[in-house]
This record gives sequence, structure tokens and C-alpha cells, in this order.
Amino acid sequence: MITKRIIACLDVHDGRVVKGVQFVDLIDAGDPATQAARHAREGADEIVLLDITATHEGRQTLLDTVRRTARELFVPFAVGGGIRTADDAAQVFEAGADKVSVNSAALADPTLINAIGRSFGAQAVVVAIDARRDPEAADPVREAQVFVQGGRKPAGRRVVEWAREAEDRGAGEILLTSMDSDGMRTGFDCELTAAVSEAVGIPVIASGGAGTVDHFVDVFGRGKADAALAASIFHFGVSSARSLKEELAKAGVSVRLPC
Amino acid sequence: MRVTVIDYKAGNLTSVLKALRHLGAEPEVTDGDLSLVESAGRLILPGVGHFAATERLDSNGLTSAIRVAIARGVPFLGICVGMQWLYAGSSEAPNQPGLGHFAEKCTRFADSKEKVPHVGWNSLEVRKDSRLLTGVEPGEFVYFTHSYKAPVTADTAAVTYYIEPFASAVERANVMGVQFHPEKSGATGLKILGNFLSWERK
Repeated sequence: MITKRIIACLDVHDGRVVKGVQFVDLIDAGDPATQAARHAREGADEIVLLDITATHEGRQTLLDTVRRTARELFVPFAVGGGIRTADDAAQVFEAGADKVSVNSAALADPTLINAIGRSFGAQAVVVAIDARRDPEAADPVREAQVFVQGGRKPAGRRVVEWAREAEDRGAGEILLTSMDSDGMRTGFDCELTAAVSEAVGIPVIASGGAGTVDHFVDVFGRGKADAALAASIFHFGVSSARSLKEELAKAGVSVRLPC
Repeated sequence: MRVTVIDYKAGNLTSVLKALRHLGAEPEVTDGDLSLVESAGRLILPGVGHFAATERLDSNGLTSAIRVAIARGVPFLGICVGMQWLYAGSSEAPNQPGLGHFAEKCTRFADSKEKVPHVGWNSLEVRKDSRLLTGVEPGEFVYFTHSYKAPVTADTAAVTYYIEPFASAVERANVMGVQFHPEKSGATGLKILGNFLSWERK
């Protein structure tokens, strides 16, 4: 039976893992390679490394980080942040990533999705979407808007429609972050996640808002998510992906255990 | 230990090579050195992406070289599209023949309410006499990412359930294939790759 995935997310700045709410007040939280290996050992089904440096000089540091992190990692490994061209993606794959996550660059040039998919396969392309409900709209969920620049600037696209286009262009998965819920620890936006998950035929990874185990139960049930990103929950009471999954199993969610 | 990995430009090989090195093997990569393939001690055909990419194996002579090696009894492991290529073909690229070592064809998952591709960790129902999957216990999981799959037949070494039962591993003597990614399947995957690396003709 296919299991729901718990994906450990590492935000990386200048080659170090950082913690912070909405990319503000960053605290050093260790070495990416060490942290990724620890999460894999402690039961994470996949690792995502999001580079928030996004400077030109940071590119080389990122590739070194990816190389070191991938070396002893034998679970799927995705890398996002600052991937603007198919060449950028090729370098990240060469360094050892299995998937790349593209966001604003794909919005600026949607053919980037086709280009990466053609060279590396659809399974290697994750399209990340930062979403906010549209409170003015008749249907705030179905008409939710795509945002860029850390949720500050609307991209002029509707989330559901952009997710469908990404699928048509050859994306293998959607990483959906609710900017309304992100950092709030009040739960995932299950309505929005379900709306996207029902609109596309590819897996949807839910992100933003997790504070308790019940939030994960909810997003896998009502939210129809195929996977969920776990970041700050590991800092607030739940010690590891394994203990999270043990709780999920008790609640009837199918997960990879033992792991 | 020497193992030859065939590069036919379908996705990246980094993960497979890394896992082989971790297990103490010395992988060599070729994208067209036929003598290297014919004389290989062990062969791995990885591959993520489209079945049509296997056309490259025909156009540069690798298909014949692989046939020669397999006939010589060289252990062969196909991963993902590399496994599918062992069959007669795939509906993903109807005009592109596979090796035909296994007579059946690969097909896309049937339409259903489930997501395609099948992405994530799923379990294996292992055939008792499988040498490739020795030591894989019920309840162990491996990582999949694919939209096409091989049918369950007498050569099937493991069955996995998603929408319908399909062959997650195939094995007949020295020719083996896995639909999942052992290089991305944690300790279970490394154990399977290790079994392949220590496979000797009985």
C-alpha cells in the first residue's frame, strides 16, 4: 500500500541550516549534511533543501552544500531556491539532487518546467506554489492567488489554474505552501490543499501551518495531500519524523513504518 | 568490485553511482563503449524518464552488446525504465522495442481516482526464491516514481499494489529488474543493491 510521505525541510542560508519565522530572525541550526542525515536516520521519507540565499555568490556554496548533503543520503532528495534555468537545474542534479523545485522562475517562464522535464524526467520536477486565499473573491479557495517574493507580491495567477498548467507542462509533483498558514502553527489549509489535489492528477505536497500531529492527520484526510512538509513541528514537541509517523499510524494514516 | 553502468542520457546517474560506491563497488560508466559492455563483470541499466530514450541503446549498438553479455551469464540489473526495457516494449513509446527478454509489454496505470505517477514508498510481496530480494522482509518499503509498469507473470520477483497489482521486480537467472529506486530506498534499497553486487552464478 502506498504510504503518505513526511518530508523534512531544511532552509539553508549561506551553506547553513537556519530557523526563523517567514525568513526573519534567522538562527543558525547546523550543518545541512548532518541535519539531512539525521532526519533520514530518524525516519523522514524524503529531504528538501530550500536555499534562501538567492545571491549569485551563493550559487557555488549551494552546489557544494548539495554535494556534501547528497553524499551519504539514500532517500529522495529535492533542492529548491534560485533555480532559474535548465542549466542551473542540471548543475544541481549533477551535485546529487533527485528533484529540483522551481517557483518564481517557472512563473516568469513556464517553459522552464518543460525544459527540465524533457532532460531529467517529470519525476525530477517539483513546482512550488506559494498561495494565498483571495478574501475578495466569490470563492476564496478556488480563486486563491499565487504569490512570489516570500508571499509579498501577487503573481497574477490563480493557484488551481497554475497547478494544472504545471502538470500539463510536465511537472511531477506540486509543493503547495499556504502563505496564510505558514508559521502560524494553526494547521494546514486543508480546503486549499484539497482543491489543488482534486484539480491535478499528480501528487501534492502540503506545506505551511503544521503545529500538531492532528494537523497532519487532517491534511492527509480532508486535505487529500499525498505528502506533507515538516519543518518547525520538529522544534515544538515532536522529536522526529519517526515519532510523528508513529502517531499518524495510530490515527489510521498509512505511513512507512518501521523506518 | 567492477560494475559497468550504462548511461543512455535518461536522467542522472549520480544517485546510483553514489550508492554503488557506498557499497564498496567501483562503478565505471559508459555511453557507447561496446567492448566494455560485452566484457563487463556486472551491468546496471538505470533510467528515469521516458521509454523513448532507450532508442539510444539501439542506435549506438548497446542493445546487441547487452545481449552478448547477458548470454554470457553476466548479472544484469535494470532500474525503473531500465527494468521496463527488458520487456518487449511499452505503450509509452509504442514504436520503440525493448530488449524482449521478457515477452510481455509495459502499460500505463489504468485510469482511476488515484494519482499517476505512483510516487512514494510502497511495500513488496517477495517471491520466496528471489535471490535479488533475499533478506527483504514483509513490511519493508521501497521508493517508487513511475507511470508505466510491467504485468505480473511467472518471472515476477515481487508484486506491489497500486491501482492494480504490478511487477515491482523481475528475475530470471542472471537478468533482474526493479521498478523502484534501490538507490533511494534507504537501508532496504542498499541491501537489494548489495544482493546484486554479490550475485554469482550457481
